[in-house]
Amino acid sequence: MQDMTLSSTELLLIPALPLIAALIAGLFGWKLKESLTHWICCVGVAVSALLSIDVFMQVLDGARFYGNFWSWVISDHFVVPVGMMIDPLTAIMMLTVTIVSACVHVYTIGYMHGDPGYTRFFSYISGFTFSMLVLVMGNNFFTLFFGWEAVGLVSYLLIGFWYRRESANVAAMKAFIVNRVGDFGFAIGILAVWYYFGTVDYHEVFAAVKPFVEQGISLHFLGWQMDAITFICLALFVGAMGKSGQVPLHVWLPDSMEGPTPISALIHAATMVTAGVFMVARLSPMFEFSETALAAVILVGAITAWMCATIGLVQNDIKRVIAYSTCSQLGYMFVACGVSAYSAGIFHLMTHAYFKALLFLAAGSVIHAVLADQDIRRMGQLRKYMPITYVTMLIAALALSGVPPFAGFWSKDLIIEAAMVRDMGWVSELAYWAVLSGVFMTAFYTFRMFFLTFHNSDRVPAATKPKLHESPKVITIPLIILAVGAFGSGLWGVYGLDIANAEVVQGFFGSSIFVLDAHNPLLKLELEEHHSFLLSAPFWFAVGGIALAYAMYFRESAMPAKLAAMAPPLYRFLLNKWYWDEMYDRFLVRPARCVGTMLWQGVDLATIDKGVIHRGLIDQVANGAARLRRMQSGMVFHYAFAMVIGVFGLLTWLILKA
Amino acid sequence: METLNNVMNFPILSLSIFLPTLGALFIWLFVRGDQAVRVSALAVSVLTFLVTLPLAFNFDTSTHHMQFEELHQWIPAFNIHYQLGVDGISMPFVLLTSLLTVICIVSAWQCIQERVKEYMIAFLVLETTLIGVFCALDAVLFYFFWEAMLIPMYLIIGVWGGKNRVYATLKFFLYTLAGSVLMLIALLAMYFKAGHTFSILAFMDYAFDFEWQFWIWIAFFVAFAVKVPMWPVHTWLPDAHTEAPTAGSVILAGILLKMGAYGFLRFSLPMLPDASQYFVPFVVALSLIAVIYISLVAMMQTDMKRLIAYSSIAHMGFVTLGTFMFTQQAVEGAVINMISHGFVAAALFLCVGVLYDRMHTREIAAYGGVVNVMPVFAAVMMLFVMSNVALPGTSSFIGEIMVLIGTFGAEPSAHLTLSTKWVAIAAATSVVLSACYSLWMYKRVVMGDLVKDEVKAMPDMNRREFLFFLPLIALVLWIGLYPQPVLEVMHASVAHLIEQATSSKLDEAALLAAQHVAHATGH
Repeated sequence: MQDMTLSSTELLLIPALPLIAALIAGLFGWKLKESLTHWICCVGVAVSALLSIDVFMQVLDGARFYGNFWSWVISDHFVVPVGMMIDPLTAIMMLTVTIVSACVHVYTIGYMHGDPGYTRFFSYISGFTFSMLVLVMGNNFFTLFFGWEAVGLVSYLLIGFWYRRESANVAAMKAFIVNRVGDFGFAIGILAVWYYFGTVDYHEVFAAVKPFVEQGISLHFLGWQMDAITFICLALFVGAMGKSGQVPLHVWLPDSMEGPTPISALIHAATMVTAGVFMVARLSPMFEFSETALAAVILVGAITAWMCATIGLVQNDIKRVIAYSTCSQLGYMFVACGVSAYSAGIFHLMTHAYFKALLFLAAGSVIHAVLADQDIRRMGQLRKYMPITYVTMLIAALALSGVPPFAGFWSKDLIIEAAMVRDMGWVSELAYWAVLSGVFMTAFYTFRMFFLTFHNSDRVPAATKPKLHESPKVITIPLIILAVGAFGSGLWGVYGLDIANAEVVQGFFGSSIFVLDAHNPLLKLELEEHHSFLLSAPFWFAVGGIALAYAMYFRESAMPAKLAAMAPPLYRFLLNKWYWDEMYDRFLVRPARCVGTMLWQGVDLATIDKGVIHRGLIDQVANGAARLRRMQSGMVFHYAFAMVIGVFGLLTWLILKA
Repeated sequence: METLNNVMNFPILSLSIFLPTLGALFIWLFVRGDQAVRVSALAVSVLTFLVTLPLAFNFDTSTHHMQFEELHQWIPAFNIHYQLGVDGISMPFVLLTSLLTVICIVSAWQCIQERVKEYMIAFLVLETTLIGVFCALDAVLFYFFWEAMLIPMYLIIGVWGGKNRVYATLKFFLYTLAGSVLMLIALLAMYFKAGHTFSILAFMDYAFDFEWQFWIWIAFFVAFAVKVPMWPVHTWLPDAHTEAPTAGSVILAGILLKMGAYGFLRFSLPMLPDASQYFVPFVVALSLIAVIYISLVAMMQTDMKRLIAYSSIAHMGFVTLGTFMFTQQAVEGAVINMISHGFVAAALFLCVGVLYDRMHTREIAAYGGVVNVMPVFAAVMMLFVMSNVALPGTSSFIGEIMVLIGTFGAEPSAHLTLSTKWVAIAAATSVVLSACYSLWMYKRVVMGDLVKDEVKAMPDMNRREFLFFLPLIALVLWIGLYPQPVLEVMHASVAHLIEQATSSKLDEAALLAAQHVAHATGH
């Protein structure tokens, strides 16, 4: 079975179709009819999705692919191939990416209707699909990096899509630069990989890790000693933190909500931001050999999961609530990877892609209905006007909160249990409590938002009210499709794919994820008796969160205001997102500008120019030349004069010597 | 002498060098009327470009030897020859020069309305000297072209430049003069030491002892560092760029800045390997200053051209860093970076030129919301801004990543006590810094709402303007996605260069003495 190889033509078509669609839309979109453009893009991505499903089925049957198509760079023994590696991990990512992307493409027809940038938007999202596919399908660090940067570019372009808005432009720039901080780490990681392994090919590197670690090579820096493998993993992980919005590089993700909502769903919830998690899982053969790196992954993930959940509790912008939830859920995935339950992390990535994309698209449907207002304080009772959106969003909310049998329950529960059984001292202990308490907060903020939007009292401004309506079919159909995923993908994963199976060799992921037996928390879980969800702590935390939200927000009540008034500093602290932006501004942005100005005005202009060049040179020459200035265009003359002196000097010397 | 590789047995290099000047002469004597001058200048530059093309197609990539060589007596009394030839390092620059000249002439079509004839003549003569520098294999010939190129450049800035052109030209002149004088002295020193020859290839083979290497290296360094330019002799560049007309900036950034790094590759490294190794820590320090310090300065600029000028200096930091790492990847990366910067900086200056032609200001604050009225322009500029931040898929990425790859773990010199890993990491901060200044400028100029009346009246790029961006777009993407053809041209020459640069010209006793001298001189 292992010998079966996928057709390379089919594999190449999967990213090629969205790319071609993007190019057509981008280069000729202004000439083509809008409907033609969206047809080209939707069909391109839809066919790509169908092919991905086909590939997925073949992979289930044991088919694999590994091969290079051409060489990007060759210099001496530094070779960068362009190739693909298709295994279960890749296949499930391709499936998730293309299906969500196809849904978002269709949704966009309705959502962006009438926007002057309509074709440009389609070009971007098809281009995004291509880039994301390159990212997941590549077989080496450079294709990963190429896709990584390309999705970053599209993300930048899409956050700033409405370029007239100052806030959108700032958010776009912030996203790109913060991501670049991560990429700085990523690039260093790649350099180190090449330096230590002499190759950037996944297979070759992975095969070399074990003997490499046994050599015990370490690095010194400022009296600090570190295993080389730890250094590599930490550097690469910085990249993952940037892309996946982990503390302290999370600040761009909530701001990215300035982009159109389909983008928030596709890029900033379902696919691109999960690239970091994918990276860690893909590189599990490396991370497994560094306890320090794994501990760092857990810590960052746990802190993000908890912190962003606390911020989500008090936000009033419907998209920001969901955005902070995304950061938080990505933290869960990293915790899973850190405790070596990579399969649980990817499982959560998949279920999250469906329910979070659904949540965003449903939120988009709401925003569309209330005429682009995003403040949940001006909503309420919307269920009467938009029943389909209401039901689908309820499914997504239940899935996010972790209520069985919805998708999120299965994956999140697995992560929490894995964190519980994996023993890494205080790190895993802290992670366990962080993710467990996070469940309570997740359920609370999700249903706070849900109740404020669809129940509670009717606070919609009178001017908007007559226009309230359910969205058209191009919007509701993708919602329904995603709702199926948000409901069923958890069950499918557990019972259909056997994703939680600890026997990784035989389980769904096979050899695409590598876990040391001593680390494997799923193996430990297997030994314990399976218990009913009624006995699982996460379930009760979720129910508790929903119950509290119900008590406070289902009907109009004075309780929230009273609670906020009880501890105003705490409330403000959360409302202002722990003051991260302010801290960056004060300690990073402003000092950098200060230093830049100082170097420019102080050193370049005042010292080098005024001090040395002017007083030392120009004044002297100008004084001397003042007498010669009669001769028309003085400058030319100066130069010719110097030339003559130079040539004269040369000739004199030669003649004297000869 | 090496065997002649000129398959066509035709003085193609001489033709490439002098065709522009002959054309200029023709225009001067026979062509009347501005439009006729423009057309004929364009014809000459296109013809020159076509003449240089066979260099690429007939290039033998398997050898590091000079190709298309020409050798004639020039001044026999002093053993000075008219000797030309190109290898894998210089050949790409000949093509780059002939291509950029065409673009420069097209870009000056409308914005130069006064003294059109003189302007075109200056550009064509400039092209002669630039190609001459890259082809010369005799030091006197090299020096002749090196000096001569300053005259037309100087006129271009001084006559067709902006308000402060006199100040800028004076500064440009003083800096380069200082370098030129020292270079002349260095060349003469080598002439006498190496046995009365000016042959560059002979200089490479002659074993200079350390003391000579030391002082000659310093003299060369000043000349080349001014041209690169490296901190702290860089302050002429922002002024020169700001005051130069668009095409002047294009050729300045595209070609003139490459002269310094080319000098390191052609002179310092192969002729003075021991001194080069000795000075590695010094060059590394200045390169890192260029990458970090200059990027911070670039961020704070309020004038678009000044910002791009500073960004050029920062990118040149990568070039000098890669040059002095003595590894295949780093040196090839440095050359790719030079070529790539030739496209990207040229294109960015052309972008500013397009805006300047409409608004007559370079102030960033005067713009905003340009995308609303000039969508095509915004897309084109986006591409080059992204190339400026070295996004994968663009030529700059290939150059920078190769420099970093070649730097990380390189062991260029026993004198460098800091591990090159940390050097590479420090240089990699450019990933963040370049994004800061590039995107911030793009945001302030192109993005945003349309509030300024002047901006509202701006028409999008016309066909001619789009036309001169087209080859640059194609080249940036081509080298970004498929750099192999360019790299293959370089492999043999760079490998040979590295061998020259890493094999000492001193015997063991002399090596010890060299260290002694170095300590005694207090360096």
